[in-house]
Amino acid sequence: MRILTNVNVDWLRWRWHSLVLSWLVILAGVGLMATRGLPLGIDFSGGTLVVVRFDTAVSEDQIRNAIPGDEESVQRYSDAVNEFSIRLPLQVGAEGTDETALAQTAQRMLADLQKANLGTIEVRSTEFVGPVIGRDLQRKGFFATVASLGGIAVYIGLRFRFSFAIGAMVASVHDVLITLSILTLAGYELSLNTIAAILTLVGYGVNDQIVIFDRVRENLRLKKREPIETVINTAVNQTLPRTIITAGTTFLAVFSLFLFGGDVLEGFAFAMLVGIITSTYSTVFIASAIAVMLSPKMPARQVQSKAGRQAS
Amino acid sequence: MSKNLRWKILVIFAIIGLSIFAFYPPQEKIKLGLDLKGGVQLVLRVVTDDALRLEVQTSADRLAEQLKTANIPVTSVNVVSPTSFAITIPPEQDAAFRASPALVAVETTYERSSGSGGTYTFSIRPNLVVQLREDTVNQALQTIERRVNELGVAEPVIARHSAADQILVMLPGVTDVNRAKDIIRSTAQLELKLVEQGPFPDEAAARQAYANNVPPDIQVIPGTIEGVPGQPSSVGFYAVRRVPAVTGRDLRNARPTLDENNRPAVSFSLNQDGARKFGIFTQANINRQLAIVMDNRVVSAPRIESQIFDEGRITGNFTNQESQDLSLVLRSGALPANMSYLEERTVGPSLGAESVRAGILASIAGVVFVMIFMLLYYRLAGLNAITSVIVNLIILLGIMAYLGATMTLPGIAGFILTIGIGVDSNVLIFERIREELATGKSVKNAVAAGFDRVFLTILDTHIASLISAAFLFNFGTGPIRGFATTLTFGLLANVFTAVFVSRTLFEVILMRRSKTASLSI
Repeated sequence: MRILTNVNVDWLRWRWHSLVLSWLVILAGVGLMATRGLPLGIDFSGGTLVVVRFDTAVSEDQIRNAIPGDEESVQRYSDAVNEFSIRLPLQVGAEGTDETALAQTAQRMLADLQKANLGTIEVRSTEFVGPVIGRDLQRKGFFATVASLGGIAVYIGLRFRFSFAIGAMVASVHDVLITLSILTLAGYELSLNTIAAILTLVGYGVNDQIVIFDRVRENLRLKKREPIETVINTAVNQTLPRTIITAGTTFLAVFSLFLFGGDVLEGFAFAMLVGIITSTYSTVFIASAIAVMLSPKMPARQVQSKAGRQAS
Repeated sequence: MSKNLRWKILVIFAIIGLSIFAFYPPQEKIKLGLDLKGGVQLVLRVVTDDALRLEVQTSADRLAEQLKTANIPVTSVNVVSPTSFAITIPPEQDAAFRASPALVAVETTYERSSGSGGTYTFSIRPNLVVQLREDTVNQALQTIERRVNELGVAEPVIARHSAADQILVMLPGVTDVNRAKDIIRSTAQLELKLVEQGPFPDEAAARQAYANNVPPDIQVIPGTIEGVPGQPSSVGFYAVRRVPAVTGRDLRNARPTLDENNRPAVSFSLNQDGARKFGIFTQANINRQLAIVMDNRVVSAPRIESQIFDEGRITGNFTNQESQDLSLVLRSGALPANMSYLEERTVGPSLGAESVRAGILASIAGVVFVMIFMLLYYRLAGLNAITSVIVNLIILLGIMAYLGATMTLPGIAGFILTIGIGVDSNVLIFERIREELATGKSVKNAVAAGFDRVFLTILDTHIASLISAAFLFNFGTGPIRGFATTLTFGLLANVFTAVFVSRTLFEVILMRRSKTASLSI
């Protein structure tokens, strides 16, 4: 069986359209993040999250009523059983209050639930994240993403060319932004797991680009007189079957994680699924387009000799 | 079969064998993280200011004491910040103060600056501040280690965390989280001090007894007033000597016991130095009250009936559990500073077990999905890819077990991603072989060219992924680190399987074929 062999599409002709399309999705996502705020999970916002399972049927409202105050958000965590997640934000003015008192929020909440006589409670998990840790993780998460992008760009710059490195970096930033936007649109929260997924995507997306850049370098050596646009187009076309099949198989593997991996990994799997699609798209449309825009408009012979030097 | 090929096959089987040996049986050999096993993870902050303040207070008291002995009157001594204290000397004594040997001693660790009206401020030298904070955190770490060991938790992790004053504690399998938290956090500062006056019903009354001018060597602290046996005890205030007779540092041992009324109590014994001090102290103060102070609270204040050397007992309204826990924390020593919890994550054992099941199911489903696709698309060569992916997973598990790396829930995601990455490399190679075949090369040449051309590409993609895995490892704790670890080993194993195992398989298949034979790809 074969797909997409000997395709001959002028991908670069579409580069402006694709840039506009990407920006539209990103702007929609960023707009939503700006108006509603980035949906931070408790890893980053801080707060208390308790997952409980009851042995009898209980409604969200019964739980809400059992807990004093109205800051809590209660969610049915799993449909099959009476399992709920209850989240409380950090109390206002938490900065000055006793950190230990904050850490006891979960115990107080469970005591309130016991008192309400809603049946036997099994505590599945409790999480408390204080303000210091939340801020620390926000900073580290941002730094790790940026550093990872930078590290990979430097590597590509050394192995290939500077313009390719910029192209790869722009495509990766694009993937990160699109993934964040779609996570926000789909109502997923940003957690440690989704950041892990995004960092993984940075590495994964670059795989596709390296495969194409590698082919570009090879083709430059073979076809000395062609303009860079044609060379890149050919490379994208030649590697297209691999790009699509790889994305497909990885998608299948991660999709099984999304289906069977349980609630905790659902956000991770979703972010990966979105990322696999956007990174495939950005490899074809964004990375190569940027690389072409930044490449000097010199005859291919000179480009070739430069590439040859760097490859050796 | 060529000798070369025979060696390659031998190497592959040896590595598979070693890997299986390393991780079989997986229930015992693969270390599970907290999120899969159940347990609690805590991040504590050591309030290092406490330890500094104590250090400053001690130095200030010592300086005032020495000046007093040298007949230099001191107007006031105050600790003004965690790292500095101020002392005021009457103007006519200024010259004597400046010349006193006590000042020289203090100035080895403090910087002196003079203010107006005979007030001098002493600040700990900045490099010493850093050193003291560092020591405090390390001391706290060791104390927590001793306590956790006494709790009997298997395979705990106690380590410095990201920020300088943070400690990470992971206790797998612990179910009574609150008890563990209390034991870890209890500062357990035991001090035995002489009661000057009291108890008083409230703090104001205690101050009244000194005409609202409590001398610097006396302090007023809250505590429990024991009623007649059977009566509930009440809260009151004691005026006690500031300087303790003995402290927790002088303890040799502590164990739970029962008092004469068969109520739980804690008995302790003092080391040689402590016993000597305590003997002199109790002899001089027979018939006076001794305050047993835990964390700046009087637990009980028994009367000293005779000279005591090395044995004592702490009574109070303890439950059995409390007396056990109190002796545990006393045995393991005091924490040098208060601690607060910054983060706490608890996973119940049932959730952990379900996650393991879900993870295994997802992994199997992932392999099956990919297997079906590869067989449909690449036919027999797909079998080749599946073999190398499965060998990759076996090696990955082997490395994890051998190095004792922890498998976490995100680690399972890394495991599944490894399937994707493994297939990717194979697809890259197969597509290349197809292209080479299309140019009219013979099967053997096409296979060789495919592997040769693609090798560098695979290396480049894997190095790029390793770079982001390294930052990921650096970013996360526990579960996320598990993911980064699994991904890293998966990538490394994949370079071997995609390039070496897969190629050897092709060579075996092509071994007896003629040059013109076709390839099922």
